Amino acid sequence: MDLRFRDAEPTAEERAAVDALLGEPETGWEGGARTEDDLRFAAAPAEERRDQLLPALHAVNDRVGWISEGALDYICRRLGVPPAEAYSVATFYSLLSVEPRPPRVLHVCTDLACQARGADKVRRDVEAQLGPAGTSWQPSPCLGVCERAPAALALQAGEHPTATVYGDADFSDPSSFDWISPEEDTPDVPGVFGDDPVRAAVPQAGDPRLVLLRRVGVVDPASLDDYRATGGYAALRRAFELGPGGVIREVLEAGLVGRGGAAFPTGRKWEATARQFDRPHYLVCNADESEPGTFKDRVVMEGDPYALVEAMTVAGYATGCARGYLYIRGEYPRATRRLEHAIATARARGLLGEDILGQGFAFDIEIRRGAGAYICGEETAIFNSIEGYRGEPRSKPPFPVEKGLFGKPTVVNNVETLVNVLPILEQGAAAYAAVGTGGSTGTKLFCVSGTVQRPGLYELPFGATLGDLLALAGGATGALRAVLLGGAAGAFVRGDELDIPLTFEGTRAAGATLGSGVILVLDDTVELPPFLLRIAEFFRDESCGQCVPCRVGTVRQEEALHRLTKRRSAGDLVLLREVGQAMRDASICGLGQTAWNAVESAIDRLGVFAEEAS
Amino acid sequence: MTVPLRPPRRLVEITVDGEAVRVPEGDTILDACAAAGKDIPTLCYGDTLTPKNACRVCVVEVEGARTLAPACSRKAEPGMVVGTETERARHSRKVVLELLASSVDMSTTPRAAEWIDEYGADPDRFGPDAATVAQPAKVDNELYVRDYSKCILCYKCVDACGDQWQNSFAIAVSGRGFDATISTEFDAPLTDSACVYCGNCVEVCPTGALSFKTEFDMRAAGTWNEDEQTQTTTICSYCGVGCNLTLHVQENRIVKVTSPHDNPVTHGNLCIKGRFGFQHVQNVGASADG
Repeated sequence: MDLRFRDAEPTAEERAAVDALLGEPETGWEGGARTEDDLRFAAAPAEERRDQLLPALHAVNDRVGWISEGALDYICRRLGVPPAEAYSVATFYSLLSVEPRPPRVLHVCTDLACQARGADKVRRDVEAQLGPAGTSWQPSPCLGVCERAPAALALQAGEHPTATVYGDADFSDPSSFDWISPEEDTPDVPGVFGDDPVRAAVPQAGDPRLVLLRRVGVVDPASLDDYRATGGYAALRRAFELGPGGVIREVLEAGLVGRGGAAFPTGRKWEATARQFDRPHYLVCNADESEPGTFKDRVVMEGDPYALVEAMTVAGYATGCARGYLYIRGEYPRATRRLEHAIATARARGLLGEDILGQGFAFDIEIRRGAGAYICGEETAIFNSIEGYRGEPRSKPPFPVEKGLFGKPTVVNNVETLVNVLPILEQGAAAYAAVGTGGSTGTKLFCVSGTVQRPGLYELPFGATLGDLLALAGGATGALRAVLLGGAAGAFVRGDELDIPLTFEGTRAAGATLGSGVILVLDDTVELPPFLLRIAEFFRDESCGQCVPCRVGTVRQEEALHRLTKRRSAGDLVLLREVGQAMRDASICGLGQTAWNAVESAIDRLGVFAEEAS
Repeated sequence: MTVPLRPPRRLVEITVDGEAVRVPEGDTILDACAAAGKDIPTLCYGDTLTPKNACRVCVVEVEGARTLAPACSRKAEPGMVVGTETERARHSRKVVLELLASSVDMSTTPRAAEWIDEYGADPDRFGPDAATVAQPAKVDNELYVRDYSKCILCYKCVDACGDQWQNSFAIAVSGRGFDATISTEFDAPLTDSACVYCGNCVEVCPTGALSFKTEFDMRAAGTWNEDEQTQTTTICSYCGVGCNLTLHVQENRIVKVTSPHDNPVTHGNLCIKGRFGFQHVQNVGASADG
């Protein structure tokens, strides 16, 4: 490829950050110091490394805080990527900046669960201290810390980048911003999560009836020995006894369906991937959990990281994959660190690598960090993101099981889906399927947040009702007004519909969805129109922009809701419905197709905007 | 001119609006619709490019599918039952046209006005404050102009500049969502970019967002008049490849150059000389005078 560069020079720091990831450049053609040898022949970068683009952008962004022209140019030389394309990728992600900004940036969650618990005040306090959003702070979509709402995340660039998560964030005291002075690096500022935030996230921790959460908050997440002492790696041994086909049969018979939101039968996905002749096969674990109100995968990864490593190994064995990618959203620094540690430990102990447990099975896991894009949780957008392209969804067909990551057969599973495979193998399919209902087997993780007494991650067998779950969480803090099921892409139900069974079929019959397990409780202190506006704003912000119905439709939806909050109008309701229908019917992916769901249900079910419309 | 024949393909039969249509395997629904004489609107579809199916104006209803399907890219499968004029399909097309026409200047998009009329679309329904992509045109070189207030983000220029044709990679989509635009790295002027001025992006642009500087200036002066233009296809005389040039002539001056898309060698692509090197034809008198 004959590329043209603009010859902007990287700083020594930027160069060091990129070299730390990619190694020293071999020739002047790749951006190294030019020697006489370089003038004798022209060399392109040795191998296709486009998939290192996002990690390289991360490396510079982590070190300096933003990506300059010189840094981008250097990355492009190293990887053989056209600068225009690298720029297009860098500008796709909200955590990356191509404009100068301070090394420390505070991301203030203004999304649904936090909005229900005072995010507006946090935002005002931050604005009063730090000035308008844009440089040292920015409003953020859901950070996945909903059980400790309102939340914030401070990312500090540097040689050793740090991340600080604030739960129950309170910035009313000006001294909470002392870290702004660049000399002081105080990662342990007050208000930061204590030592055991995971246990605090699981009110049921230690309950012997827990299946998926049985180790969370109880077992040291860093210790592989503790993991094995509590039943870890029994499932993988069982898998080796059963053989790949046997594992798939168990998963099929267990009736496991995907927990990421689409509820597709996992066994069928595995079977379809396993029988593809094209090689290699890839496994992608989707940990880009970004649905507002969802934090289940974060808690599982932080509290029981080895379970995910084992489950991915089982999935790789069953579907014939030698490599698994674990795509973790960029806003989850603690989960990323825990998994990095767990993967390294498992590798050192022969539980990942060339010959796992002496069975001759080779499998390894590579972590890829997202960079702030909800859309990358879409199963084909995640491929583009890993491959170093903009995280835009691909059109289906072809489906991932035929042509997925790098154009090869790929199985994509959510974190919760994968960890369900462990109890299936440990207990056997029949015992697993005996829990739950006919259409929804096993247990389910529910992310309870909003105005509720005990927010947190709960695990219940399928079949429990919404009322059962809310009772467990201590009920709403005020008079229960509505519950948002399934997140921003989900649907509202009224406070008097607590007998809805929390199963895939039960919520569907009630005209709602289980989605990713979001149970966002709203009492009478929460104003609904601004809440709907935040949903619309979320979809407008997160639309990738590829297809017209979603790119423009989400903007028009937000505009109409703005108008409706000021003045009720039947015309705007019709407009919302018509645009919503077109987004649902004609958008490329699930983002646009579901962008109108919650608003529609609020209008139809809760009667928002109904009273004065004429 | 000889056109290379493709190897024979098996025929698949699908139903379009109740009518059986047989098309070669691998053809799209759009091909089948064309075979059945249906006129489906398209914007981001390009006859020389891989369908991106981004605009969604060609959506049709496929029986049994949860969502509508883009006709331009969905392959015809045996037994498929397609409705091109169903209420759902027409509704989505209407709304897509409304969304586009309310946010983008479609005044130079061929057929846009006709489709807006046909589908009863009302772009003004979103009110006077509806967000648009209006912005000043980028005039940073003497050959062509980028007026992104007319851009529907169809990706065709990016694909033509990139690995589908030119392999220059001067432009890509930057930003996200409604704020996404076509851009060089750091929004640098084209003269600082990898652009080689082949103009193949202008060739495929469906809205006139990319146009010859001559056309842009004449439109600004109010002298652009397509009814008075003649089109003459000739052979480029610069080198031995023999690309076809279609010269658009108004008042005896070349105002723009295109190239036939059905040319089996170049598929509508040219280089800077064929595309923009026409000034010497009409500067003869001027230089003799000077």
